[in-house]
Amino acid sequence: MENVVNMDFLEEIVSYFKRSPSSIIAMLQEIQEKYRYLPKEIFPFLSKSTGLSEARIYSLATFYENFSLEPKGKNIIKVCDGTACHVRKSLPILERLKAKLKLEPGAVTTKDLAFTVEVVACLGACGLSPVITLNGKAYPAMTPDKATELLESLIEVKGE
Amino acid sequence: MKGYMTIDNIPVEIHDERNILELIRKIGIELPTFCYYSELSIHGACRMCLVENEKGGLEAACSEPPRVGHKVWTNTARLRKYRKNILELLLSNHNRDCTVCNKSGECRLQDLALKFGIKNIRYLNTAYTPEPDESSASVSIDRSKCILCGDCIRVCNEIQNVGAIDFAFRGSQMKVATAFGVPMASSPCVGCGQCAAVCPTGAISVKNSLEAVWSDLLDKNTDVTVQIAPAVRVAIGKRMGFEEGQNALGLIVAALKRMGFVKVFDTTLGADMTVEEESKEFLKFVEKTHSLPLFTSCCPAWINYAEKRYPELMGNISTCKSPMQMFGALVKQYYKNNGKRHVHVAVMPCTAKKYEAVRPEFTCDGVPIVDHVLSTQELIRMIEQSGYQFNKLEPEAVDNPFGIVTGAGVIFGVSGGVTEAVLRTLTEDSSNATLLQTAMAGERGMEGLKELQVEYKGKTLSIAVVSGLGNVGRLLEDILSGKKVFDFVEVMACPGGCVCGAGQPYVPLSVKEIRGKGLYAIDKLMSYKRSSDNPLIEDIFSGILKGREHELLHVSYDSQEESTE
Repeated sequence: MENVVNMDFLEEIVSYFKRSPSSIIAMLQEIQEKYRYLPKEIFPFLSKSTGLSEARIYSLATFYENFSLEPKGKNIIKVCDGTACHVRKSLPILERLKAKLKLEPGAVTTKDLAFTVEVVACLGACGLSPVITLNGKAYPAMTPDKATELLESLIEVKGE
Repeated sequence: MKGYMTIDNIPVEIHDERNILELIRKIGIELPTFCYYSELSIHGACRMCLVENEKGGLEAACSEPPRVGHKVWTNTARLRKYRKNILELLLSNHNRDCTVCNKSGECRLQDLALKFGIKNIRYLNTAYTPEPDESSASVSIDRSKCILCGDCIRVCNEIQNVGAIDFAFRGSQMKVATAFGVPMASSPCVGCGQCAAVCPTGAISVKNSLEAVWSDLLDKNTDVTVQIAPAVRVAIGKRMGFEEGQNALGLIVAALKRMGFVKVFDTTLGADMTVEEESKEFLKFVEKTHSLPLFTSCCPAWINYAEKRYPELMGNISTCKSPMQMFGALVKQYYKNNGKRHVHVAVMPCTAKKYEAVRPEFTCDGVPIVDHVLSTQELIRMIEQSGYQFNKLEPEAVDNPFGIVTGAGVIFGVSGGVTEAVLRTLTEDSSNATLLQTAMAGERGMEGLKELQVEYKGKTLSIAVVSGLGNVGRLLEDILSGKKVFDFVEVMACPGGCVCGAGQPYVPLSVKEIRGKGLYAIDKLMSYKRSSDNPLIEDIFSGILKGREHELLHVSYDSQEESTE
């Protein structure tokens, strides 16, 4: 975990986008790519660079589900709960993942910052439903048991 | 564009109207809106201004440009149904404790619900009551009354360039918030209160000090004095049954005396003192070489803005206290050894003054210089509470020993007034011709930025008069980049100056101009036009203030920075 935001990196991002306020979302995406969330410390800098108020940037960061103001886990699991996945029982998968990872109600990231479990509306892979992704890789036709296996394989790899 | 469109079967000529709504209002139809202000960008969120067109389609009148030959109806069965439905939906999650709301009686939602006869809200009551944000000294924020029209956000961003608040989250979670939801006092908010002025409900309201004032006023062991700011006298009339812009000072004085204020004073004398001190400072300033101008210091929201945004400019802001504080310091000195507890109240058009009054810089011998600040609207409330029929009172004069004021002090209440007052003192000639010339130099009017050149002892002085913090921000960028050079800059945070302050009853910009003209009319009737001609000034400076002018009339804002370091 990087605790301090790298100012050179921020400067590079904002100059790449010519400090244009209309590119703020792209800037936020780049920053989130690097830190896996939007650290609070970037707001004053972005505000000064683009001329947008911090409140406006906060508005964007809270509007889009994809942006996170909390540090995300190293592994990101997205559980699709679009219509197709939902009717083919995506929620039991989600419940199992949460139980296995001991996520408290409302929390999406494990305390050791190893896993983040998110619910997404549709991954656009309804033919594979119910589908989840782990770090961008899709796992089709999931069941709660398969999800447990997937988690266990990851934890084993980590444990070795 | 020329031509006609038809509204409710009436042909209406199109001029330069930005949208159908303006045209509809022009022909005398008061179409209801929550989110439309002519000064702000168009949001189109509330949908109350929907009109029906020939094809049965619905259009938001605020966001449709007028088109030749277009036909719309403003009051059809369908529209009535929808408007009522919108109101019901807004009320379904609205805090309905109307009777104890700050805005009760002035709330547009309450007003429209009454007008549209909303008796029964068919939807589940999902109102929630989060703890109000009372951290700011100027405004209270109660999210349970927010209808998400976004007026506050747009005025804060577009007119004031402060950007303290914006929408956060989305859907049913959406709310108006500061960045990271910090309390208002820790946000970039400068306390100008323009958000409260445009808020159609009680979600943002001006802080209220009425109970504190009444409690001191009715205490037998306390002498309570009061000062009235110039802009107040021309803004109270309309609500009290007079013409907008009419001078109601005499009646205000009469009402306040009846309530039990031992002395009623006019802040205008404080303005005269400010002119004297500021002119002296300016003359010293122009002698020195300077790359940056001298900025005025009367406006507390501007001081907050500079502190938060441009701390590097703090050294160029006049060290003069605001007229309220100068006058307050004078009164506190006068009552110092009176043997009785003394409380000084100021009636101001301003919400930021409420913060100024509690700043640690403005204490004298350990007590606040001004104990309570009342807004013009609170003054109206106070008169209503006391039950006096305002227009049946007999006008009275302000009290001695501070009863003589000048026209220069009075015009402090309108953008350009401070500049004109200083120019009058600098010209050292009080003939009518010179005064007229000074008035024509270009400082008058409601424009956001006025630039003028004045000849003074063979020098050409460049002066800027700017109001509205959005205009201020743009001007400061030009000044800091060296694009524009000035010797003196008068800054007022509210567009148009104090007459348009957020403590005043809300009126559109065109009406605010009438208030400004009201102040110039008072100036015309004044025997003394220049602050330096005020016979009291000499008395005060050689008497009560002698040797303590600097301590009592000037301020340094560094103390706060040091304490935070």
